[in-house]
Amino acid sequence: MPDRSNVIYRSDGSFDGLLCCVFESFARRELPAAILTGAEEQCSLLPVREIPTDPQKAARVHASIPGRLGAATGRLIESAFLYGGEGRELAILELMRAGYRLGPRVASMLDLPEVQTVFSMRRAVENEAHHLTGFVRFSEIRGALVSVIAPRHFVLPLLAEHFCGRFCEERLLLYDRTHRAALFYQPYAAQIREMESFEPAAPDQEELRFRRMWEDYFHATAIGTRANPACQMGHMPKRFWAHLTEMQRQPDFRLSPEKTFLK
Amino acid sequence: MEVWDKLTILADAAKYDVACTSSGSDRAGAKGSLGSCSAPGICHSFSADGRCVSLLKVLFSNACSYDCKYCQSRRSNDFVRAAFTPRELAELTIAFYRRNYIEGLFLSSAVCRSPDWTCERMIETLRLLREEYRFRGYIHVKAIPGASGELIERLGLLADRMSVNIELPSEEGLSRLAPDKTREAILRPMALIRNAAAQSQEELVKYRHARPFAPAGQSTQMIVGATADSDLQILRLTQALYRKYQLKRVFFSAYIPLVSDSLLPALEVKPPLLREHRLYQADWLLRYYGFAAEELLDEQNPSFNPLLDPKCNWALNHLEEFPVEVNTAPLERLLRVPGIGVRSAQRISAARRDRSLDFDGLRRIGVVLKRAQYFITCCGRMREGLRISQDNLLRGLVSERCAADLPGMQPAQLSLFDPPRLTQEDVMKCLTGQM
Repeated sequence: MPDRSNVIYRSDGSFDGLLCCVFESFARRELPAAILTGAEEQCSLLPVREIPTDPQKAARVHASIPGRLGAATGRLIESAFLYGGEGRELAILELMRAGYRLGPRVASMLDLPEVQTVFSMRRAVENEAHHLTGFVRFSEIRGALVSVIAPRHFVLPLLAEHFCGRFCEERLLLYDRTHRAALFYQPYAAQIREMESFEPAAPDQEELRFRRMWEDYFHATAIGTRANPACQMGHMPKRFWAHLTEMQRQPDFRLSPEKTFLK
Repeated sequence: MEVWDKLTILADAAKYDVACTSSGSDRAGAKGSLGSCSAPGICHSFSADGRCVSLLKVLFSNACSYDCKYCQSRRSNDFVRAAFTPRELAELTIAFYRRNYIEGLFLSSAVCRSPDWTCERMIETLRLLREEYRFRGYIHVKAIPGASGELIERLGLLADRMSVNIELPSEEGLSRLAPDKTREAILRPMALIRNAAAQSQEELVKYRHARPFAPAGQSTQMIVGATADSDLQILRLTQALYRKYQLKRVFFSAYIPLVSDSLLPALEVKPPLLREHRLYQADWLLRYYGFAAEELLDEQNPSFNPLLDPKCNWALNHLEEFPVEVNTAPLERLLRVPGIGVRSAQRISAARRDRSLDFDGLRRIGVVLKRAQYFITCCGRMREGLRISQDNLLRGLVSERCAADLPGMQPAQLSLFDPPRLTQEDVMKCLTGQM
């Protein structure tokens, strides 16, 4: 493998764009110092090489994955690409270079630094997706189930698989505030689209009543003598609380005269 | 009474049932129905006591005709009574499920009128859910001890998991504290469920339209700390339940005093949470790590060490088994190293296939070395710079919470000079007021 070259790549941030970076890196026999995505200007001493996204080159790299890297590595790369933090592109590029060198067994070589980085990215993505399969709270608004989330990673594709199977007779709208994208589903067809902004409509009486009932249920299940807030926060990190119905500390409607109004 | 009020009363009464897992059933969603199950289970929230909220856990009714001393719903307690109708409960479950609040229903009940009558109402609830609402989510149902075998079989065909509470670890405790229940009446439905599940497993292989019976298996729970049973007795019972009744889980619940009775611990007694924690750790060792109850505790040491977890404790008493060579040891021996869990052991055996591992490699694949480093070698070598002394070994093995309790473990400010020590003379001076 060549030593790291003094060059920075810039791609458009798509998966095809990343595959083109892999193509260029091989064609030019160089390993970029970084891969930038998006158009923002960044001050750097190194020259920036624009990598145009070419579907043909991307398809060539993509076709080589099952044979040269193995199916397990392919899945690893696909999940890790949903990672929302820094350094995603470069980490996957390095993994793929190691994969072309070592073959499909690279997926089980967990102690290789290249593999470990991508592996931990995938773990972060899948952990968050698993958390959210439980922590998404839908509201019924005009017959459809609507929810807003703010995940770190782009987990909508993973959540789509789960929720569209589970609620296959419902209409769903799941909005991802961080990545400005939404999952739309109505019986037997789902799609994920970009969506600049979204505010769910105000809940009606029926919806509010179920929310309050759920809050009451939630507070009734805690056993006072076993209180353990650290354990609660460990399992349910605070960043999810903003979108959890039961963690909103709204006034207790059961004790106020509004209760009669609600029903 | 409003459904809302019933929910609060009957949820409060059910919260002492510890099991709230939704694992064991794997069922994809299907057109025309609502819901699915995922094998590892999904936690939907965590209550203020840190326990997972996965299922809508309620009693069907708390109007009990039994008089168990430790229970809040016992007959002699002056207490608000409520009962759902099957329709109310089914509608509530569906409304919560659609909003993704829950993974399914956990239905238990006090014995209302008679075991059979209660059981029939529970069957009706589950039938409504499964047939009318086409609900494919998770259902955990408690078998009512004393109900007829036929009713229990019908429950099992509708539910994912069934459980019968063994309540107390010994027969003697049961006859003292729960005079209406007998060990025999508890074990009979347990055996019935085991047999029905085995039979359905067989039929599922043979016939296409066979219906699974409680596909997520059965579980049970017992109260720890209400009677004088030792950890050894409890662990032996647990092991016997796993072996004899093929249970999926045994849950332990630290006794929380709710009622004062001369036969029970006083109301001020704190629940034995650490003991419960150690029992769960040992339970995991039985199920996933290939340990036997007799290896962890014996007649000389019938209780768990409060400072060390059961695996560490076993390792320190069996130092002849260590160190384990990470690159060659079989999986069973890796699993016995303190600090190496099932996942770490699997990763090690996957990673070492291609090349040998060193300590840095172990760290990179995600093995936590804090405790494991004292018990392993990589290519025949111990970790560099590792010094083993009585003091730092103990410090390395106990958890941070327990470390605070150890004498001489508090961090101290370093000083170039020895701190002036109080002599006998100084103390005398102080006491007599000369200072």
